Amino acid sequence: MGFSAELKKGIFKDNPTFRLLLGICPTLAVTTSIINGIGMGLATTFVLLGSNICISLLRNFIPDKIRIPAFIVIISTFVTLIDLLMAAYAPELHEALGIFIPLIVVNCIIMGRAEAFASRSPVFLSIADAIGMGVGFTLSLSLISFVRELLGSGTVFGIDLLSSFYNPAVFMILPPGAFLTMGLLLGLFNYISRKRR
Amino acid sequence: MENLFVIFITVFLVNNFVLAKFLGLCPFLGVSKDLKSAKSMGFAVIFVMTIASVVTWCVNTYILVPYNVTYLKTIVFILVIATLVQFVELFISKVSPTLQRVLGIYLPLITTNCAVLGVCILNVQEEFNLLESIVHGFAAGLGFTLAICMMAGIRERLEFAKLPVSMQGFPISLIVGSLMALSFFGFQGFFSN
Repeated sequence: MGFSAELKKGIFKDNPTFRLLLGICPTLAVTTSIINGIGMGLATTFVLLGSNICISLLRNFIPDKIRIPAFIVIISTFVTLIDLLMAAYAPELHEALGIFIPLIVVNCIIMGRAEAFASRSPVFLSIADAIGMGVGFTLSLSLISFVRELLGSGTVFGIDLLSSFYNPAVFMILPPGAFLTMGLLLGLFNYISRKRR
Repeated sequence: MENLFVIFITVFLVNNFVLAKFLGLCPFLGVSKDLKSAKSMGFAVIFVMTIASVVTWCVNTYILVPYNVTYLKTIVFILVIATLVQFVELFISKVSPTLQRVLGIYLPLITTNCAVLGVCILNVQEEFNLLESIVHGFAAGLGFTLAICMMAGIRERLEFAKLPVSMQGFPISLIVGSLMALSFFGFQGFFSN
């Protein structure tokens, strides 16, 4: 597969959230507002890009037996990097995402791509894969947080849209709303991909 | 003592790790197809979480803080947990083959369970002492077990339900999770402060 095919597959066909069901914890936890959703998506994309490049460059040097610990060290280095960068340059977002920034380490998307793709593909394609998956993840988070923010607080990007005639259902920005939104969107995605086949 | 009780109930029920904090969702959805494996997964998590709480607390207090390298805690904790899981696995297979058969395949999966790393980071963030960390870890594991067993019980019944094809499997499980999270709101306000 070429560069653009690797880039595109993460967005719908192998979308990490809706098709592969990876990284559900941050998906549900931080999607209370669009800003948080996109912030989390971009932070994950950064880590994914960094780890995919490193692992792809080192793939011939890491012995097969200790590859998992080696991947973990590489991934957690990039997570610590983004954690400190966000604390310095985006303190509000850092505060809002809280414990889920260090927990990017155990996000299955990153480990999954390292194991399934970056450890056996050239750097060029690994970059495409990381960007595609990262964008796919960010888009899914934006979609979920859009629905939740619109119904839960009546706003989009913090701008009031609905409150003149709609009383926001706080339920949607609380944990049960996250499960419900994700469940229904997942059903919709299944329906669409069955129709397309 | 009172403090420990508050931590226990808060983490076990009020702020349940799975249903209110969204930690450990992958096994919650992945290993909840039948009650038996859900139970085993739950026990493995309780076990590892409690031990990981103790070990990471010691590492943090006696190594990271004195040498002023707390910014390394994500890297150190995940490595400690990964090593710990390996040791626990070896230890169990030597000492108790019965336990090995029950926990077996679930132990390696726990390394990437975000609830375990989450509980260790929360211990540091909340500045718990050793005893509080142990109670916190144990209660979090117990809360996880409660949630995953309830989920498995419901999913066993769901097998016989007539559902639209698109909603079978994960989508309906998430909606069940939504209802469970909603009912756990009933515990809110146990400790009004």
